Amino acid sequence: MGLQAYLILAAVVFGIGLFGVMTRRNTIGILLGIELMLNAVNINLVAFARFSGSEVGMIFTVFAICITVAEAAMGLAIVILLFRIRRTVMADHLDLLKG
Amino acid sequence: MNSGLLTLVALLAPVSAFLVLAVVAPLRRAGRPGAYFSILGAAVSLGAAVTAWRTYDGAITRLAWDWLPSEGRPLATVGVLADETSTVMLVLVALVAFLVQVYSLSYLSDEPPQGLGRYYTYQSLFAFSMMGLVLAPNLLQLFICWELVGLCSYLLIGYWYQKPEAARAAVKAFWTTKAGDVGLLIGIVMLWKLAGTFDLGELRAMVTANQLPLAGLSIITFCIYLGAMGKSAQFPLHVWLPDAMEGPTPVSALIHAATMVTAGVYLLHRTSWLFALTPDVLVIVAWIGAFTALLAAVLACVQDDIKRVLAYSTVSQLGYMMAAIGAGFSTAGFFHLLTHGLFKALLFLGAGAVIHAVHSNDLSHMGGLAKRMPQTATVFIIGTLSLAGIPLFAGFLSKEEILGSVWEGGLVGPFALLMLVAFLTAFYMFRVVFLAFFGAAPAHAHTGPHESGHHGDPPAPMMLPLWTLALLSLAVGVYSTFIGPGLVAVPEGAAEHAAPGWLTPAAVGVALAGIGLAWLTYQRGTINAASLASMFGPIRQAALAKFWIDDLFEGVLAAGTLAFSRLVGWIDRYLVDGVLNVVSAWTVTTGDEMRSIQTGRAQDYVYGLAVGLLLLLVWARWSLT
Repeated sequence: MGLQAYLILAAVVFGIGLFGVMTRRNTIGILLGIELMLNAVNINLVAFARFSGSEVGMIFTVFAICITVAEAAMGLAIVILLFRIRRTVMADHLDLLKG
Repeated sequence: MNSGLLTLVALLAPVSAFLVLAVVAPLRRAGRPGAYFSILGAAVSLGAAVTAWRTYDGAITRLAWDWLPSEGRPLATVGVLADETSTVMLVLVALVAFLVQVYSLSYLSDEPPQGLGRYYTYQSLFAFSMMGLVLAPNLLQLFICWELVGLCSYLLIGYWYQKPEAARAAVKAFWTTKAGDVGLLIGIVMLWKLAGTFDLGELRAMVTANQLPLAGLSIITFCIYLGAMGKSAQFPLHVWLPDAMEGPTPVSALIHAATMVTAGVYLLHRTSWLFALTPDVLVIVAWIGAFTALLAAVLACVQDDIKRVLAYSTVSQLGYMMAAIGAGFSTAGFFHLLTHGLFKALLFLGAGAVIHAVHSNDLSHMGGLAKRMPQTATVFIIGTLSLAGIPLFAGFLSKEEILGSVWEGGLVGPFALLMLVAFLTAFYMFRVVFLAFFGAAPAHAHTGPHESGHHGDPPAPMMLPLWTLALLSLAVGVYSTFIGPGLVAVPEGAAEHAAPGWLTPAAVGVALAGIGLAWLTYQRGTINAASLASMFGPIRQAALAKFWIDDLFEGVLAAGTLAFSRLVGWIDRYLVDGVLNVVSAWTVTTGDEMRSIQTGRAQDYVYGLAVGLLLLLVWARWSLT
């Protein structure tokens, strides 16, 4: 399998993640979509690192996974706070920024 | 002391009086002490002026100080220029100013002290401005003094500023003359552009040496004439002069005899060598002068206000002077200016004495005054005979000179008009004399509130100026009838305009015919005044309406101003405001539409982000390859 297969896989996963982010009404679903997109990026990084012979991409990926964990924890905490204040986690009800 | 220094003294005396009166408020508010102070200044000025005139030895003296420094040489100077024209004019101004101030002391004795002080402050400034104009060595100083004269006449015509008519008349005088002054200023600046100097002496030298380019000179002289037209009340800018009668009568005497209206004639006489280069403008001057003379004479015939008759007669006589200047003989016009100054001051001060006694300007309230005030009647008749141009009186020779010079200048049309005016002048002046001083006194004449004490001739401070002027008019008249125009030296070349032999008998005959008609109509009653009036029905109606000139001005100016204001208002309301309103409305609606994009939902922003990114990628794909 060449590099192209990994890239196609990553693009597909990224597309699924983006679709989820844009269409899910539930905030937790949106968070899941974001995780998918991040992992698509990780696949890209690992694939390029593997095929170019440089370890920099691998190290980046380790960092990215760590930060993703922290981000997921932060995101879930925000969702819980949102639910406490607004009594909902539906994204289309959260329009405080409306102009 | 040479005549230059003396004229400087004559100039500085009234301005010192003015400055002291203006700065030292207690003196001004005290009234009579301030008046004495101002009269002292006028007396010093008169003494210096007479000495300067008598000791003038034919050498033109010029005392000038640099002013407005610029590269090379100063742009302008201030100072005095004493020559035979300015010294004799200075004497007239100083004499009339002094006599008017003495006369006013008694005439305005009922005024409050503050008002009297204000009056004398203005009087001193007025005398200074006119003298500065007369002595000006350059056109710039002349223009400044010219404007000061206009300001002073505004202040004095509006002396009784509580009276709405007086305030209106003052404003009217100011802006009417101002309309001409704009022309004068433009003319002076254009002349400076052409010749590079304001100095009268240098200009004259250039004219003599034929160095002045003739192209465009007609416009310049016409602009200067516009200034003279406003000040000297030539048609159509004569409308302010009759209204100026709202001021105190001594002020009218001053304005009509020595200051203000004489300024225009004096200016043209002063620059006659310049006007001689533009004969086309001179013809206009002559025709307008003659026409003004006739128009004003006709108007004078129908007036019932004694001061207005005199006012129109001044306009008429100014037309005479202008006609002579237009004919190219400005000396004749200037000579008439001097004699006219004497007897017109006399007539106005005499009319003031009559008004003081009768407490009315209206001729129908007078009558039989010769018995009550014989001295006033005598001096008034002397003035009237002078104005009518009867031999042995002041106006005789000067009027002959004017008629002769207009005839000599080949202007037959103006000459005919002026002969008609001579007839009308004698008629309307003797109409006043017969109506006011002879005939029966009207029944209601003695019912005034100030009846007691004002029956006879006025007190000495008023009588003395009258007799002085009357005797001077007689002296000048007798001198000029037998010897010649001694007041003004006729310049070489102009002396030999020998009038045709029939001119003197014709002019005197016409004047006598006018007197006779007035006598038959208003004294003997042979001719009914009403039927005489009805003979000239339409003309009389037109004259009563002042030939609609005032109405025309008012209509054109009012309608024009209103139309222009409406146009400007429309532009402001619909064009200027409209653009702004449209721009702001656009901003508001655009903002309203644009803000609906901001839904506040995070997913929409992600959607926008994704689409934007996609578009960017597509664009990069298409443009970079």
